[in-house]
Amino acid sequence: MNGIAEPRLERAALASSAYRIRRFALRMGEVQGQGYIGQALGMADVLAVAYRHALRYRAEDPKWEGRDRFLLSHGHYAIAFYAALIEAGIVPEQELETYGCDDSRLPMSGMATYTPGMEMSGGSLGQGLVIAVGMALGLRQKNNPAFVYNCMSDGELDEGSTWEAALSAAHFGLSNLICLVDINNQQADGQSTKVLGFEPIADKWAAFGWFVQRVNGNDMDALVDAFDAAREHAAAQPRVILLDTKMGKGVPFLEAREKNHFMQVAAPEWQQAIAILDASHNEPEKA
Amino acid sequence: MSATLTARPRLTTSAMIASIAAEGQRTRPAPFGHALAELADRRPDIVGMTADLGKYTDLHIFAKAHPDRYFQMGMAEQLLMGAAGGLAKEGFVPFATTYAVFASRRAYDFVHQVIAEENLNVKIVCALPGLTTGYGPSHQATEDIAIFRGVPNLTIVDPCDAVEIEQAVPAIAAHCGPVYMRLLRGQVPVVLDEYGYKFELGKAKLLRDGRDVVIVSSGFMTMRALEVANLLGADGVDVGVLHVPTIKPLDEEAIVREASRSGRLFVVAENHSTVGGLGEAIAGTLLRAGVAPAFRQIALPDAFLDAGALPTLHDKYGISAAAMTTSIKSWLQ
Repeated sequence: MNGIAEPRLERAALASSAYRIRRFALRMGEVQGQGYIGQALGMADVLAVAYRHALRYRAEDPKWEGRDRFLLSHGHYAIAFYAALIEAGIVPEQELETYGCDDSRLPMSGMATYTPGMEMSGGSLGQGLVIAVGMALGLRQKNNPAFVYNCMSDGELDEGSTWEAALSAAHFGLSNLICLVDINNQQADGQSTKVLGFEPIADKWAAFGWFVQRVNGNDMDALVDAFDAAREHAAAQPRVILLDTKMGKGVPFLEAREKNHFMQVAAPEWQQAIAILDASHNEPEKA
Repeated sequence: MSATLTARPRLTTSAMIASIAAEGQRTRPAPFGHALAELADRRPDIVGMTADLGKYTDLHIFAKAHPDRYFQMGMAEQLLMGAAGGLAKEGFVPFATTYAVFASRRAYDFVHQVIAEENLNVKIVCALPGLTTGYGPSHQATEDIAIFRGVPNLTIVDPCDAVEIEQAVPAIAAHCGPVYMRLLRGQVPVVLDEYGYKFELGKAKLLRDGRDVVIVSSGFMTMRALEVANLLGADGVDVGVLHVPTIKPLDEEAIVREASRSGRLFVVAENHSTVGGLGEAIAGTLLRAGVAPAFRQIALPDAFLDAGALPTLHDKYGISAAAMTTSIKSWLQ
């Protein structure tokens, strides 16, 4: 599939895509009885817009030279990303049953060496953006018009390497680099803003020389507009979309759960969550 | 005190431009920079990158020859390694330069996770290995090999002189996978041409044979070992020298072969801490092979070393030719 070649999907179709991504993630969570499900539900809308609206790729050829590169810097978001890869047709749906199991191509933390469509081995946080700088430089050197998307968490704003890369991307005028920052205000030891305050974060990126947008990461219209604007922005500068997302989005009892980096979900709750998701969506699917 | 100072020429630190060449020694300027520039004439996939140390790693020669393939990354070593990984993912073969201390200590996780874990084709080339500057521990990479030996997929090369650097550059570029190469920069001694030497990645080379002692060495310590062999030869001690430029993977066959010859003192000489370098790598190899020669190690102490002039420091820490000769004589008694 080539996302660009397809007619622009309607908002309803994108909502259905986000619904399926959430559902795939919940099914994987049930396989292991765990997973970063709060983040996955929070990022589902962003990933739906990325893979169903913005990115150029060919599902049958994940290494296609013309593809837009999508880096998952926070490798622990793998559950969300695998769901997106399934939605994109890059990973077969039945493989979600192997999530986190021995010999699976879908390990708990994302690694390029395991999974088709996974561009980097993430998990050691603060590495995606420096890699993205190198890839963007390389694409420019090859006159390849593809974009590099680096998807990272707000916790990674703590890492010095993020700011080395931010300085560098602006220095090189990397207009083919789009950074997506998931701001769910939750990292391992608590609220990101309390662990190491980063606000006013839009001002910081702007001061570093980036084209900055800050949007509600669970608002489909805002996301589509932000991705479009990031790609179409004329100035020779890198682009960042700051995404305020809600952990557990789409499953009210998980949205209301005490905020925790690694959300605890009891065994029967996975199916309850799927049922709630199905009920709130008008095209329920069979598990 | 002042009389003493005026009576003898004062040795100075001169760290940023320090050369390990002895006075009057044959040298060639910037062999790495020239070799890389020449290689890049033939290979359009070669790119050069540095973290604000282009001039001090001889990469400025490449930058001048191929400005369109030179990336100044600023004083940001994590970025340097990460972006090198990114360029490798896009099919380029980046030569990334900085000082050995910064690559091994500051950027370690980026070398480990970004480059080595995915077996990316990045060549990390670092000046000031071991004790090659008098600036003190901030610049002395006395444990870089210990740090990097534990990284899977990573090949480690420690060349001896200008001849070897010139040969090693195309060889490591031809190797598919990450490489860490220790760099001698500036006016680099020319030694190995007299031995008909040919660098082969992963191969140790016997430069001279000897009945009484064999010195197994890497980097410029091989140059020292050859000097020692001449000095001891004048005293009737016959010294062989096995040069081991590739520290990982180690040429275990050649090392075990030399260690198996009975009646010889077996000396490992390295420009590195006693911990985790060539000496301990070889010791482990010999133990596993069940070979137990009379083993001695010439290496830097497990300590933060002094600042000062290099000749003074090399004498003090036992890696000058004179200090090595004294040590070996004492072991032979």
